[in-house]
Amino acid sequence: METDTELKLQSSMTLRQTGNRLWKEIVKHKYLYILVAPVVIFYIVFTYIPMYGIVLAFKEFDYSKGILGSPWNNFQNFNEVFANPDFRVAFRNTLLISLGRLIIEFPVPIVLALLLNEISKGRMTRIFQTVFTFPHFISWVVLSGIVVGIFNDQGLYNQILTVLGIEKTSVLTDGPGFTAVLFLSNIWKEAGWSCILYLAAIAGINPELYEAASVDGANRFQQMKAITWPVLKSTAAVLLILAVGNIMNGGFDQIFNMYNPAVYDYADILDTYVYRSAFTDATGFGFSTTVGLLKSVINFALLFGANYLVKTIGKEEGL
Amino acid sequence: MKNKMSLANLIITIFLSILAFIALFPFYQTIMLSFSTVTDVGSGKLFLFPSTFDLSSYKFLLLEGKVTQGLIISVIVTIAGTVMSLIVTTAGAYALSKKTLPGRNLIFNGIIFTMFFSGGLIPYFLTLQKLHFQNSLLVMIIPLAVNTFYLILMKNFFNTISPSLEESARIDGAQDITILVRIVVPVSMPIIATMILFYAVDRWNEWWVPTLFINDTKLYPLQLVLRNALTNMSQIIGNAAGSQLAAGTQNIYGDSVRSAMIVISAVPIILVYPFIQKYFAKGIMIGSIKG
Repeated sequence: METDTELKLQSSMTLRQTGNRLWKEIVKHKYLYILVAPVVIFYIVFTYIPMYGIVLAFKEFDYSKGILGSPWNNFQNFNEVFANPDFRVAFRNTLLISLGRLIIEFPVPIVLALLLNEISKGRMTRIFQTVFTFPHFISWVVLSGIVVGIFNDQGLYNQILTVLGIEKTSVLTDGPGFTAVLFLSNIWKEAGWSCILYLAAIAGINPELYEAASVDGANRFQQMKAITWPVLKSTAAVLLILAVGNIMNGGFDQIFNMYNPAVYDYADILDTYVYRSAFTDATGFGFSTTVGLLKSVINFALLFGANYLVKTIGKEEGL
Repeated sequence: MKNKMSLANLIITIFLSILAFIALFPFYQTIMLSFSTVTDVGSGKLFLFPSTFDLSSYKFLLLEGKVTQGLIISVIVTIAGTVMSLIVTTAGAYALSKKTLPGRNLIFNGIIFTMFFSGGLIPYFLTLQKLHFQNSLLVMIIPLAVNTFYLILMKNFFNTISPSLEESARIDGAQDITILVRIVVPVSMPIIATMILFYAVDRWNEWWVPTLFINDTKLYPLQLVLRNALTNMSQIIGNAAGSQLAAGTQNIYGDSVRSAMIVISAVPIILVYPFIQKYFAKGIMIGSIKG
């Protein structure tokens, strides 16, 4: 009995002591808290408070009543979304475009890094890198202006066709043609930039490994396979996980600046659809929030799924 | 063997040169187009070289006013936004680089989480609208103040600074803010220069937030002025839907004016690009992916 109270007393003392110690630590770091405060406020206001707005997916949004006051509507938004044919088209397009990007765009920077690594180091490599990375820093507004200019009726593409005696085509209003332009122009913008990460991984390889391999009689292709590729693989694994976690995005900035009503059937993705349904067609904020929520949840699940698969099956480090 | 290797090199170099040419040609052609006259454009040449060096498109844009106004707005937003972002990011990254800070992991994980999950467009829009950001230039500065990738990049850099550097100042009784300003910032110039360049490029290129929140055309940044001009073009193409007649009626003079607009929007990036390149070439971006 006595020991019991003693024990309690002791534990409450230690609790108070750790509490005191924590408080002392906090006071000691007060200036660091002042420094980090703007960042914390930034993330609370601009990312966490909007997360609370997700409840709109379960409500009938009434502008005068705001997010809090709007009435619940018993999953009506979800029923509407799933029944909407435009949503289904956008969902399908998002999946197809993202998968297309994984298959067509994803390997390009890897190949580029391998090629740049093969030619002698020095000025040439640096010039190529400078050129290939440049478009990354130009906005999609500007780049899509250039791309649309190339493929429109009097653009470079049709001029070349005319010179070759082939009939002009309207690439940007033709679904498959437009999709091809999406992939190519995104490679143009981002391949050089993504390539940097692979080149950095290659730069970490000990050059003696290559020397030893070539003494052992390995040709360059064998060296690439045995030395360079295993290093690139772990970088590729991380980027692949991130790309899979973005499957529901599909590249809004590019498509929003480049598409036109004639290719909605092929290029309208969830993000562009959400934007139009909320701001142009006024389908309702509740509806659009629901689409956004579905998107976020699927992305989040895919990210974790991909991370798990890469770690267990691929035996890579993952995130 | 030696010969064979250099042959492979030659083939790869030629191949990469062709790719580099393809990557640069659209920019080159846009610049040439911006210096072309109406008759040049109409004659359907390939625009390798303009037959005249004509500045009328640029004159037109400068006199028309919208572009000049957009230019001023973009410069203001870029400077103010970069200063704001730099201060907030540096302060936060420094604090988060201190492993002894109680609650650091909670804050850091909370930040990482936002990279993978968000409330989506509508809740974001409503939140900012409620905070009176609509039609305010501040919307291009404050809600974009922190980029998570850059914050992590900077935090990782601060982690590499030797603690002994700060020790002596701490013994002398200096507190954290003084140490950051007097000791840490001076030795972190490479990362600070990188941050300035990256944030400045982002602010200059920003078009999405103003698309959402700026309705007043007087407050349009250059990207939005350009976007409106270009969207009109793609809408025309879309509505024509392949009809040669409608497509042919496009304003031909527009091509060189639009090109001039594109050039004006891209010139600041071209000017700072050599500096950006210098920094990322050092492999400073690696930190961002390893987190």
